[in-house]
Amino acid sequence: MEIFGIPTQALFGQLLIGLINGSFYALLSLGLAVIFGLLNIINFTHGAQYMMGAFVAYLLLNKLEIGYWWSLALAPVVVGITGVIIERLMLSKLYKLDHLYGLLLTFGLGLIIQGLFRNEFGSSGQPYPIPEQLQGGQNLGFMFLPNYRAWVIGVSLVVCLGTWYVMERTKLGSYLRAATENPSLVQAFGVNVPRMITLTYGFGVGLAALGGVMAAPIYQVSPQMGADLIIVVFAVVVIGGMGSILGSILTGFGLGLVEGLTKVFYPEASNTVIFVIMAIVLLIKPAGLFGTQK
Amino acid sequence: MMKRTLLSTLVSGALALTATAAHAQVSDGVIKIGVMNDMSGLYADISGMGSVIAAKLAVEDFGAEKKGMKVEIVSADHQNKPDIGSSIARKWFDTDKVDAIFDVPTSSVALAVNDVAREKGKAHINSGAATSDLTGKNCSPNTIHFTYDTWMLANGTGSAIVKTGGDTWFFLTSDYAFGHALERDTEAVVLKSGGKVLGKVRHPLNSQDFSSFLLQAQASKAKIIGLANAGGDTQNAIKQASEFGIGKGGQNLAGLLVFLPDVHSLGLAKAQGLIFTETFYWDMNDQTRAWTKRFAAQSGGKYPSMVQAGVYGSVIHYLKAIEAAKTDDGTKVVAKMKELPTDDVLFGKGSIRADGRALHPAYLVEVKKPSESKGPYDYYKIRATIPADQAFRPMDQGGCPMVAKK
Amino acid sequence: MSTSSISVAATGGASAGLGHQKIAFLVLIAFFAIGPAVLYPVFLMKVMCFALFACAFNLLIGFGGLLSFGHAMFLGTSGYAAAHAAKVWGFTPELALLFATACAALLGWVTGLLAIRRQGIYFAMITLALSQMVYFFYLQAPFTGGEDGIQAVPRGKLFGLIDLSGNFAMYCVVFTIFIAAVLMIWRIVHSPFGQVLKAIRENEPRALSLGYDTDRYKLVAYILSATLAGLAGAMKALVFQLASLTDVHWSMSGEVVLMTLLGGLGTLFGPIVGAAIIISMQNYLAQLGAWVTVTQGLIFVVCVMAFRRGVVGEIANLIKKPL
Repeated sequence: MEIFGIPTQALFGQLLIGLINGSFYALLSLGLAVIFGLLNIINFTHGAQYMMGAFVAYLLLNKLEIGYWWSLALAPVVVGITGVIIERLMLSKLYKLDHLYGLLLTFGLGLIIQGLFRNEFGSSGQPYPIPEQLQGGQNLGFMFLPNYRAWVIGVSLVVCLGTWYVMERTKLGSYLRAATENPSLVQAFGVNVPRMITLTYGFGVGLAALGGVMAAPIYQVSPQMGADLIIVVFAVVVIGGMGSILGSILTGFGLGLVEGLTKVFYPEASNTVIFVIMAIVLLIKPAGLFGTQK
Repeated sequence: MMKRTLLSTLVSGALALTATAAHAQVSDGVIKIGVMNDMSGLYADISGMGSVIAAKLAVEDFGAEKKGMKVEIVSADHQNKPDIGSSIARKWFDTDKVDAIFDVPTSSVALAVNDVAREKGKAHINSGAATSDLTGKNCSPNTIHFTYDTWMLANGTGSAIVKTGGDTWFFLTSDYAFGHALERDTEAVVLKSGGKVLGKVRHPLNSQDFSSFLLQAQASKAKIIGLANAGGDTQNAIKQASEFGIGKGGQNLAGLLVFLPDVHSLGLAKAQGLIFTETFYWDMNDQTRAWTKRFAAQSGGKYPSMVQAGVYGSVIHYLKAIEAAKTDDGTKVVAKMKELPTDDVLFGKGSIRADGRALHPAYLVEVKKPSESKGPYDYYKIRATIPADQAFRPMDQGGCPMVAKK
Repeated sequence: MSTSSISVAATGGASAGLGHQKIAFLVLIAFFAIGPAVLYPVFLMKVMCFALFACAFNLLIGFGGLLSFGHAMFLGTSGYAAAHAAKVWGFTPELALLFATACAALLGWVTGLLAIRRQGIYFAMITLALSQMVYFFYLQAPFTGGEDGIQAVPRGKLFGLIDLSGNFAMYCVVFTIFIAAVLMIWRIVHSPFGQVLKAIRENEPRALSLGYDTDRYKLVAYILSATLAGLAGAMKALVFQLASLTDVHWSMSGEVVLMTLLGGLGTLFGPIVGAAIIISMQNYLAQLGAWVTVTQGLIFVVCVMAFRRGVVGEIANLIKKPL
């Protein structure tokens, strides 16, 4: 288990794996950061929504024969709509209360969703094939890189940068950011703040579902798939800065790399290292590396 | 007593089959069998409700009603957690008057139930767990271990593979009692047969992503990557191994514990060529085929795993022993089970040793190619039969304190 | 910067509710004293252990205003400590309990120092992070037995004399400790310390301006909460003779939040009622597998949306007296 002085080949291989895992972290933490940034709610349901995305893709394939490429677009929309419903019916009523209630509500919702799926599908995973166009891989010399995993990195980068661009560089993004700072003022300007909030939550949820669809071909599509992942993603968001988009993206990829390195040198700690970093960051700079204290 | 009635309704009503005498009036006139396994998790397909069906069939085939024996079956989900398993065992033995617990896959839970059964003087007839410690250092006068164990798997699969040229190994091990035991036993066989172990890596139970472990396995350049894990972990590892081109790179996977439902889940395309050891296959002879038909009728078309078959065989033998011993006291019945030879349609003739180990033949199987399969669940080619007296670890090597004293 | 405004049951004047609280306390004693004649004693012991765990948790959130999402680390740490002490070092049960509780207190002190400096969401997140670190440490550490846990823990002989392996003796011990702990919490809440704590929860800047070292009070409350949670965990390990990873997993932290929320945050008896309901539900619905998870999720949602005071909180609100 402990391997010191490993050849560079193995090192690069693990780093690349780390980058791939980091893509998932980044994609998921992006959704969380968007939601926390605007709603100040820690969306504990994120893991379940990630899982729903994977299951929607699975069901689309098996019941309606709709393949992977369509699912990439459809699943996030479907799950995003459920998110909109949750926000309208339940979350919006909690904004005037302590934010910890929002946390508890989403935690409870996550349990419900996970439990329902477990009842329906059992715990063993459902198979989902890698789309034909992405099968096979490239021999990079230091490792064999499956095409699909390279695709994951690519999509994640595109989506993350795209979201960042919209948030930071477009008018829509500026409305959203302004609404976070001062919702009543922005509303006075005629912007429909509640609707923006609802759509933002839906968007964040859709991002989680997108992560799920991307995960379906390589990980087991099972009701538990989001549960333990979500805790790691929280750590990523907290380290990056709870409201900072760029922070989450960079931290997501960064943490994937750190985890990969740890797996090489000290595999026993690979699960813990993220939390150690989170604890340290919270102590020194509680708003996160890129965040601003609210 | 409202709570008692509620409990008994939920438990008996949903899952038991024969008379549902309320728990509060259970006396020794009723033989109560508890089937405890994983109903909702990693091993639900291998055991789960199928084991309950197998137990029902066993009670029917034994002819309990005709012999005037009242048998009741209850079941519970231990969720692969030793604390839940031990809680259920305690409650079953203390208040619910359960006489014997069957199945119990997941080695950590089996060890916990093993202790509780010994403490309460009841019977634990295990046909689901793998750890050979149940008949080794944790052996008990209240426990019988059916179907398989890590030593048998290691010996069957390990030596067969080394003999055909797979002499360098890398282990991918599930980090708990079962994984460690399987790795330990297989390593011993590999070394004894002249092979070498180039490396090992431990992964947590229920891992999703094996990429970094598989990478290490590839880097080791071992000819064989031994998967010392089970259920979803094995399936995941096999899926991702093919993704990373492990087969093409000249390395082969050895599934050290694979069950029929796993192959069904993976599909022949991914699973073809896998070699491993089982003690039951539905397609071996007319009797197993007939039994499987009855099983499938109740299971919604799913075919039995060797664990579920093991529940059948062990329940029949248990009932025979009760008939002969004329008591359902745990320790006495277990002792009787060791005296009588075993014989049922699924496992054939066998016996049970002093350390609790049930002996029956084992079969080395290879998964067919998709083109070779002619029907549902037609998955295996039987490569070899290992006779009962060679398949399991010799009694003097187990370190069982009961045996050593003798 | 707002202090936590998690709603708590109406707290009347300190003396106004004492009569009702005493009655409730007597009901509690009666229930658990007579209970074993009717219900399975091991089940009741489990309820008591978790009730104590929830009461300890409630001390922190209900009275201190700090939501900890990592309380499982105390339950699990003391569980492993007690199991190891009793099994490997051969400690007698009372020594094992003391040792384990001390371990939890120590962990509470260390993590408290780290966590207290932040509030609200950040406090919750940091306790979660610390708890995860503890979890993964125990997952790897050989002495915990990983997935297998520490099994076959001997209950031993109390003071070297009284054999606890039978359920009756064990029940008496658990009952005594439980009642004593609840009494202790009651005293803490009604003491000057407790009053200052409530003041800090209501309005920390004002408490600060009055000259109280709020950080120190919060730390002490945190350590107390950790210690009592540890006591619950140690008892549980001896009752079930097993210490496993389930006790340190974050879902256990979630469960204790659920129990307290359902019973009533900030009430004295709420957590006990909440624990009893949740444990019973888990017990009787166990056959239905994942429905337990769904039900727990539903209870969370319902409590947050419409039932924030919890069972005991609603009762207290009805009779207009604190419970």
